Amino acid sequence: MRHVTRLRIGPIGFRIGSDWRGPIAALDDLYRDYPKPDVPDFNVHLFAARPWRRVFRPSVHIGGDFVIPDAAPLPLSMGLLAAEMGMNLQMALGQRRYLLLHASAVERDGKALLMTGVSGAGKSTLAALLMARGWRLMGDEFALVDPASGLIHGFPRLISLKNEALPVVEAALPDARFGEIMEGTPKGTLRHLVPNARAIAAMAEPAVPALILFPSFGFAAEEREVMPSEAFIRLTQASTNYVTLAERGFDALTRLVQGVPARAIDYPNTDTAIAQVERLWRELA
Amino acid sequence: MSHYRAAPPATLRIVPLDALTLIYHRASGITHIVDAPVPEILEALGDEILGVDALLARLSEQFDLPDADPMALAIRLDELVVAGLVERT
Amino acid sequence: MVRDARLLTDALRDPSSTAALDANGWTALLAMARAEQLIGTLAHRLDGLPMPEAARRILADARASAGQGRVAALWEAEMARRALAPLDMPVVLLKGTAFVAAGLSAGAGRQIGDLDILVPRERIGEAEAALLAAGWEWVKPDPYDDAYYRRSMHELPPLIHRERDRMIDVHHTILPLTARVTPDAAGLIADACPLAKGLAIPSPEGLVIHAAAHLIADGDLAGGLRNLWDIDCLVREYSEQDSDFCLSVYEEAHRHGLLPAVERAFRLTKKLYGTPVKSYENPVRVILQPRASDALYLRRLLARDGWGRQTRRITRFAFYLRGHWLRMPPLMLARHLWIKWRKGDRPVS
Repeated sequence: MRHVTRLRIGPIGFRIGSDWRGPIAALDDLYRDYPKPDVPDFNVHLFAARPWRRVFRPSVHIGGDFVIPDAAPLPLSMGLLAAEMGMNLQMALGQRRYLLLHASAVERDGKALLMTGVSGAGKSTLAALLMARGWRLMGDEFALVDPASGLIHGFPRLISLKNEALPVVEAALPDARFGEIMEGTPKGTLRHLVPNARAIAAMAEPAVPALILFPSFGFAAEEREVMPSEAFIRLTQASTNYVTLAERGFDALTRLVQGVPARAIDYPNTDTAIAQVERLWRELA
Repeated sequence: MSHYRAAPPATLRIVPLDALTLIYHRASGITHIVDAPVPEILEALGDEILGVDALLARLSEQFDLPDADPMALAIRLDELVVAGLVERT
Repeated sequence: MVRDARLLTDALRDPSSTAALDANGWTALLAMARAEQLIGTLAHRLDGLPMPEAARRILADARASAGQGRVAALWEAEMARRALAPLDMPVVLLKGTAFVAAGLSAGAGRQIGDLDILVPRERIGEAEAALLAAGWEWVKPDPYDDAYYRRSMHELPPLIHRERDRMIDVHHTILPLTARVTPDAAGLIADACPLAKGLAIPSPEGLVIHAAAHLIADGDLAGGLRNLWDIDCLVREYSEQDSDFCLSVYEEAHRHGLLPAVERAFRLTKKLYGTPVKSYENPVRVILQPRASDALYLRRLLARDGWGRQTRRITRFAFYLRGHWLRMPPLMLARHLWIKWRKGDRPVS
C-alpha cells in the first residue's frame, strides 16, 4: 500500500493505507483541517485482491486491524466511502475504552443531545441541520461515552448524507464543503459533508449528556416518553461494544438511562423534527 | 430431587428499573434483563441450597404469590440454570 | 526500512529495547502485535515503561480487554464443567483457558478465543450429548466437513452456545487421527493436574508438549509467535521449580512420539525469545543444535509487515500445504483440497 495518510477524529487516531492514490487524496482534501496522530489507534487497509486488480476493473477491499471476512469490495470511484467504512469497522469491532453508541450527537452550552435509531431514521440529517442552526456537531454516526466520567465525547467524521436528505442539507448549508456525489452505493446516492470549523476545533471537548431522542422519519408528528428500561434495551442494541466493556459498560449505560430523559419522536419532515427537538431541549435539558 | 444454588450475591449487580430489572453477573460478564419472579427467586435462594418445594414455600412466605405452582417454578429454575444465574447441584 | 515481526519478538524478549522506537516504530509494533494476537501480552510486558501517550492508552485498553476476555473464558469453562459434571469424567482444559485457570505466567495478558477441552475418546459421545442438552449447538451444517471432522480430526465439529454465542472445541486427542504421529491421549488425561471442582489441566510437561504439537505437527504455523511465547513462559516458570524440567519434557515427549516437534519448538523459541532450554547427553541425548530448516520456519513465523499484514506468500503457501500434508494421508489430502477448491475456498490471497 504505497499511499498513506493519518487523521484524528475526536480522541481516535487512524492510519489509512491504500493501493491507489485517489482515496488518500480525497481524505487529505476533506480532512485537511483535522489534526494528525503520531501513533494511531487503528489501521485501515484499502487493497486490491490481486496485483492486476489495481489497474484492471479496480476494486477496493477493506481491511485493517479488525476485519470482517468476505466483505464485499467497492469500486474505486467509491474509494472515499471504503475508507469511511474501514474506519467505522475499526471502531465497531475494536473500540475498548469508550462505550460506543450508534447515535448522532450535537452540543449546546456544554450539554449533549443524542439521537439514535436505525439506518434511515434521520440521525445524520438532523445532526447536520442542527449544526446549520448553531449547535456544535459532535458526530453523525458514533457517540462515545466515557465510562469513567459519564461524559459524551464526539467523533466528528465527515457527515454521511443520503438520497432525499442531500438537497435539504445542501440548501441549509450553502457555504459548506462537500465531497463528491457518489451514486449507486450500497445505500443509494451519498455525499459527504465536512463538519464546520467549530466542530473541528472543539472535537476534544466532551459534553454532559442531557437528552436522548429516538427519531423515526416518515410518520405524523408525535412524541412519547421512553422509560429507562426501554432506553437501556434500545441502546444496547445500538452499541457494538457494550459486551466487551463488561462492568464499566454496564455502569455507563445504567447511569445514562437513569440520569438522562429520553423521548421517541415521529416526524413527517425535517422542519417539524427541528421544532420538536428545540422544544424538547428547552423543556428537558 | 434437584437442589439449586444461586450465584453468590457478591457476583451480582442488581439494578431495578421501571418495568424490568437489570442483573450484571460479574463472574460471566453477562447482563441479564429480567422480570418478576427472577429477582425474587435469587433473593429467596440467598446463599443456600434449596429444593423446589422448600424454595416455593419460602417464596410464598416472603412474597405474594397468586398461584404457587411447583412445575412453573421448576421451569423458571431451569431457565436460570441455562443462563448461569443458578446452579443445579 | 524493511521490517518483519522481529520488531515484536524483540520487544517481548527485551521490553526496554522499545525505548529506541520512534512513532513509526510504535505504530508498526502495535499493528503486528494485534495481528499476532499478542497485544495483551505486549501490554503486560511493557507495563510501566516510558512510551508515547497514545501507545500507553492503546496498551492499557488491550490489557483491560484481555482481562475481560479472561473472565469470559473462565466462565465458559465453568459452564462446560456444570454441563459435564453429572457424567463424572475428567475434563481437561487446554491452551489459553488452561493457563489463566491455573494462574500461569503464560496467561498474563493472553487473548483467548474458543474453549478447548480434552475428554476420553470412548466417552466423547456422552460429552457431546450433555453439551447439546445444555444449550450448545453445531456450527457447521455442511455434511462433508462434518464427516471429515468426525472421521479424521481430533475433535468434535465445533459447537457454539445458543445464548452466549461462544464456541467450544471438544478434543479426544491432541492431533488429528490421520496424522503420522499419534500421541497417547489417555496418558495425557491420566497425568492431568486437577484444579478445584472437577476441572484439570495437563501436567507441566503435557502443556509444553501440546503447545509444540499444535505448532509444529498440526498447523501451518499461523499464530506461531504466540504459541512459541506460550512455550517460553511455560519453560521459564517450570524450570524455576525444577532445573531439569526440560529433561522431563523430552522424556514425556518421546513417549508420545513428539520429541522432534518439541526439539524444533525449543530451537525456535530459543532463537526468538532466548528461552533457557537445555541440551542433555544422558539419560537421553537431546542436543539443540540449530538446523538449516529452522531458518525457513523463522522466515514463515516472522512474515509480517509494518501494517501487520502477512508477507512472504510463497513460504506461507508451502507451509499451508505442509500443514495439510501432515494432517492427512496423501490421497485424502488430494480429495480434500479438490473439494475445497471447488467450493471456492482459496488458501492464500
